[in-house]
Amino acid sequence: MTPPRKKKMNLKQRYALMTRGLDWETSYQKMDDVFPYDTFEGIKITDWSKWEDPFRLTMDAYWKYQGEKERKLYAVLDSFAQNNGQLGISDARYVNAIKLFLTGVTPLEYQAHRHFAHLGRHIRGVGPRVAAQMQSLDELRHAQTQIHTISHYNKYFDGFAEFPHMHDRVWYLSVPKSFFDDACTAGPFEFFTAISFAFEYVLTNLLFVPFMSGAAYNGDLATVTFGFSAQSDEARHMTLGIEVIKFMLEQHPDNLPIVQKWVDKWFWRGHKMLGLVAMMMDYMLPKRIMSWKEAWEIYFTEAGGALFEDLSRYGLRVPKYADIATEEAEHISHQNWAIFYQYTQAAGFHTWLPTDEEMAWLSEKYPNTFDKYYRPRFEMWREMEAKGERFYNNALPQLCQTCQIPMGYTEPGDPTKIGFRSTEYKGERYHFCSDGCKDIFENEPEKFAQAWLPVHQIFQGNCGGADLGDVLKWYHMDNGADNLDYSGSPDQQQWDAWQAARKKVAN
Amino acid sequence: MAGIVSITLQNNDEARPVIESILEDNPSANANYMPGAVKIDCPERLVVKAESVSERIGRDWDPQEIHLTIVSMGGSLDEDDEELVLSWGA
Repeated sequence: MTPPRKKKMNLKQRYALMTRGLDWETSYQKMDDVFPYDTFEGIKITDWSKWEDPFRLTMDAYWKYQGEKERKLYAVLDSFAQNNGQLGISDARYVNAIKLFLTGVTPLEYQAHRHFAHLGRHIRGVGPRVAAQMQSLDELRHAQTQIHTISHYNKYFDGFAEFPHMHDRVWYLSVPKSFFDDACTAGPFEFFTAISFAFEYVLTNLLFVPFMSGAAYNGDLATVTFGFSAQSDEARHMTLGIEVIKFMLEQHPDNLPIVQKWVDKWFWRGHKMLGLVAMMMDYMLPKRIMSWKEAWEIYFTEAGGALFEDLSRYGLRVPKYADIATEEAEHISHQNWAIFYQYTQAAGFHTWLPTDEEMAWLSEKYPNTFDKYYRPRFEMWREMEAKGERFYNNALPQLCQTCQIPMGYTEPGDPTKIGFRSTEYKGERYHFCSDGCKDIFENEPEKFAQAWLPVHQIFQGNCGGADLGDVLKWYHMDNGADNLDYSGSPDQQQWDAWQAARKKVAN
Repeated sequence: MAGIVSITLQNNDEARPVIESILEDNPSANANYMPGAVKIDCPERLVVKAESVSERIGRDWDPQEIHLTIVSMGGSLDEDDEELVLSWGA
């Protein structure tokens, strides 16, 4: 007689057994001693069992799907390298966006891996603990696959070779680095709010979706593939972000003001950091998919609007200064690209002025601002270049104490006036680019007074020496290859030689 | 005002039956194609039915296979063996 067919457990039962069912209450050590970090921020949790992972992914299923993602990804990467995929990109200027990505973003993936590993040990509730363990592995996978993919470009182009060293030292890379350092030195609930909610849920679409779609449009098969492979984990990270917020708000009413303050802080910090992506989308992609302003409308105004409307039932409101950030979406890419153009001598990627065709695109996408405020500046610089007087800014800029970006941003409501704010703390004066950054400092002055500001460090003699050559050496930047304009760079010479060879074959 | 929920999937062979199923099962859904990916928006609620996808591919489709092609989402998610639902207010 055949035994009756065993009934398979459903997803909810499997999830309950494979997460909740594996946890236990400690008996010979106090739970507070085993989990010492999840109470000091003042977040009150009364019942951890109320947590539920909406994807209900268990570790065994996780391994299965991640293994399949890796197999697919590596097949493409191998084929890209074998078939000289670098020859198929739209233009060698495009590669500079990847340089910015590898030096600015990939090291953050590694930082995220480390900190989620910490949370995967130290969160008392088993649901979020397992989710953090998975995310820790995801982030390590992202760092590894990005390094692996981009190593192919490193064989042919400048600016990639010293990426971890540059991340720790170069002036503009201190913007993403300090963002993540700030999150990793916060408590676990603030880290979740910063990275899982404000970054992954509210803002990450602005980084990855246009970036990877841009890669697809510019013929970069390798980046599309690692990008979408990483992004497939992102949906899970987003659900962790939204669940953490709801969980904190549902657990105790005292949590609301703490969470609101974090949401305000991390929205503003994320908005400033993503200005680098804005510039990449509007100026660095030879073939453009959408403007930063359009991406902001889709992913913040529309998607964020629906999100915050939903969260309003808990009393949470739209992040402070969201209106100002939306106004800045008309300006931030132009102002950032202008900063990099002026300081191209100290940047680890190449810069250029937009062509007539590109300026026409910018006018069309930014009818309120480009022709009025930014076109005249680029045209003046173009005239100066034609006369052999290419403009370099040789003065070191003042940096914002919070976001660490040079103070090149303008006042809300007046794009002709640079914005400055300052405050005093223990007899010292600190400077900021905006009210948002000033508020963040004033809420945690002990922390932000310690910021490692690249310009201050250069003036204090901590960055290799007193002149540009010394500092570039300390950055491990190859002067004349990694930096300066695209025009005349070794990257350009090589690309032009490839194109000439291709033409010869075609004839 | 009804919030828009949204799912973005890769535009590849594996995701295509999923995209088709979503568009058929959610008549008010709207697909926005961009290079490499498709963003599907829908007012209030969007469902991905395992049955619809399974019919198209001729085998049992596990909703967790969505992990292989998903790019991004907006809304609160709920998943079981039969379907995956995105909505607000859950």
